[in-house]
Amino acid sequence: MRFATLLLSTCLAALVTPLLAGEIRAGEIWISNEKDDTLSVIDADTLEVIRTIPTGERPRGITFNSDFTRLYICASDSDAVQVMDPDTGEILHNLPSGEDPEQFVLSPDDRHLWIANENDAVSTVVDVETRKVVSQIDVGIEPEGMAISPDGKTVITTSETTSMAHWIDAETRQIYANTLVDARPRHAEFVKDGSELWVSSEIGGTIAVFDTATQREKAKIHFEIKGVHPDLIQPVGFELTPDQKTAFVALGPSNHVAVVDTERFEVEEYILVGRRVWHMAFGPDHRRLFTTNGVSGDVTVIDVAARKALQSIKVGRFPWGAVMRP
Amino acid sequence: MTSMAAMLAATIGATWATGAAALDVSIGYLRFERPPHAVLSNLDPIPERRGIEGAELALGDNRTTGKFLGHDYGLEVISVPFDGDIFAAARAMEADHDLILLDMAAKDMLAIVDAAPAGTLFFNVGSRDPALRDSACRAQLLHAIPSLAIEADALMQVLLAKGWNKLAMIEGPTPQDKALAETYRKSVQKFGLKIVSEASWSFDTDLRRAASREVPLLTQAFKPHDVVLIADAHGDFARYIEHNTWQPRPVAGASGLEAVAWAPVVEQWGAAQLQSRFEHLSGREMTPEDYAAWAAMRTIGEAVTRLGQTDPAELRDYILSDAFELAGFQGRPLSYRHWNGQMRQPIPVVNAHAQVASAPLDGFEHARNPLDTLGIDLAESRCSAFGD
Repeated sequence: MRFATLLLSTCLAALVTPLLAGEIRAGEIWISNEKDDTLSVIDADTLEVIRTIPTGERPRGITFNSDFTRLYICASDSDAVQVMDPDTGEILHNLPSGEDPEQFVLSPDDRHLWIANENDAVSTVVDVETRKVVSQIDVGIEPEGMAISPDGKTVITTSETTSMAHWIDAETRQIYANTLVDARPRHAEFVKDGSELWVSSEIGGTIAVFDTATQREKAKIHFEIKGVHPDLIQPVGFELTPDQKTAFVALGPSNHVAVVDTERFEVEEYILVGRRVWHMAFGPDHRRLFTTNGVSGDVTVIDVAARKALQSIKVGRFPWGAVMRP
Repeated sequence: MTSMAAMLAATIGATWATGAAALDVSIGYLRFERPPHAVLSNLDPIPERRGIEGAELALGDNRTTGKFLGHDYGLEVISVPFDGDIFAAARAMEADHDLILLDMAAKDMLAIVDAAPAGTLFFNVGSRDPALRDSACRAQLLHAIPSLAIEADALMQVLLAKGWNKLAMIEGPTPQDKALAETYRKSVQKFGLKIVSEASWSFDTDLRRAASREVPLLTQAFKPHDVVLIADAHGDFARYIEHNTWQPRPVAGASGLEAVAWAPVVEQWGAAQLQSRFEHLSGREMTPEDYAAWAAMRTIGEAVTRLGQTDPAELRDYILSDAFELAGFQGRPLSYRHWNGQMRQPIPVVNAHAQVASAPLDGFEHARNPLDTLGIDLAESRCSAFGD
């Protein structure tokens, strides 16, 4: 009997412990599954999927607010941006988003979402507090990549078919420059404290690096993988290490991630990952990188220091976006 | 950024982006309507504005891009009835345009191109005749629509990859059916497949009633085969073969498994976006002819955007160069073969409900570009108009 009690309390402890551990989270990677209408939440330590949460139709871009109390989800086929309480997984409300929202950025003050409406050739600005559209800006065909400078003053929309980065003054909401990039730009980020803008071109197979102050192209990053035809090397998402010295670039159907020296703009090596690698997020301590592999339906975990793929984690169908929550 | 600085940046940015002066790009679309061809079923009528609406979609794409650069685009469409005077229409169009899309049969296309003023650049968006890319090629005629040979090679790659090596072919009675069957034979030989039996289509019954009785008899004599291949250029009888064959076999060619430039089931690589934009514009599904016309217009738009000028000779040089890349929602950049002006594109191999494969398939390699495993390659080309 006494033994049984002991056993019981052990079981209870086992049941209770994960809940307690949940209070001091080790960090999570949130993944949007484009063709499952779900999010997969990966424990960044155990590398296991710990939650699967239903969303609207065709979730793609996802982003947290700065204190991680809200998750914004581009539910493209629901024509809405959904606002989720990440603790409960409950959809609190939808924001008007314009048609077919694909990617977005949240302003540094958490107030405005800048949304690319892929089917409409506009970018929509939504006030997340009043839940109203405050502006729509005509951009090129199939806007997709969205970036905002760290000071919140410049917003970038890239349009895929128009092959341009549009530079928008966040205050006046007017385009003040348009810069051509190679074919089918997919993703844009301000890097190095906002002094440079990087734009990846999927069909062009390059990343263009712009000087933010002058909007002039200062470098172009090229990729070359032995045994892979150049047409299949298609850069999409990328992330820089906190010291901004190294970039990891997802190369789509070449199934590789490039490691790039950001001073010389040259590739140092390539890491083999899952099929059609798309976007990525660092774990909370930046020791690991998580890539979404659309076609193989999994996430590859990369050891950042060793530059090696550690393992893959099965998630939903066509994983697309990835964001970290500490 | 202060507003003064923003204004300054706007001026600099705009100047840098637009480069030279404003441009006006007027493009012609000339169609010679084909005489109606009677087919057994009227389930799939040919859309009245097939091709034209593909060009119109791309016109919008070009205009949207152009407005950020000070470039404007126009499209003039002339559609000549099949008993009308196509040459008079061509002369009228050439008076105002030096960039013209041609949607007509090969012989009319050649006559127009040969009589055209020097310096006019044409895009074939309507003829799949392999000869236009071979012995009958013309230097100022580029091809945005795949040839029959390209489509046949795409299909054979898929059959080979599946190990469906033995084919039984049914050939229709028209000259176009014969040409298609001949293209299939060449492609079968190229990829080491085998046609084990052939039958000619000669029925004049109404197959909507009789297919279940007639087709088993026609196919009963076939030697053991993996696939029934149907050479039916007009989409006349092919739809009645599947599920009526003597042996339970998949059909391919004009029905069943088809290799086409574009199909409503293509959805990867952002294709869903192009499909929905096209449906929004036209209220119907996008055909291969619409895709070809869209690609031709976008080719012009891409070249003008990159070069900042409209001279047809300069555009042609750039389009045929290695620098040219067009995003075409097919997973690989579209480009043009410098030896015959044929646009390179992946070919969707589809059935009615899904995309089965995209050719070239993995494993079909080529020293230059895997897309050149489809259709006439440089080494076998009899086209000399492009130099080299």
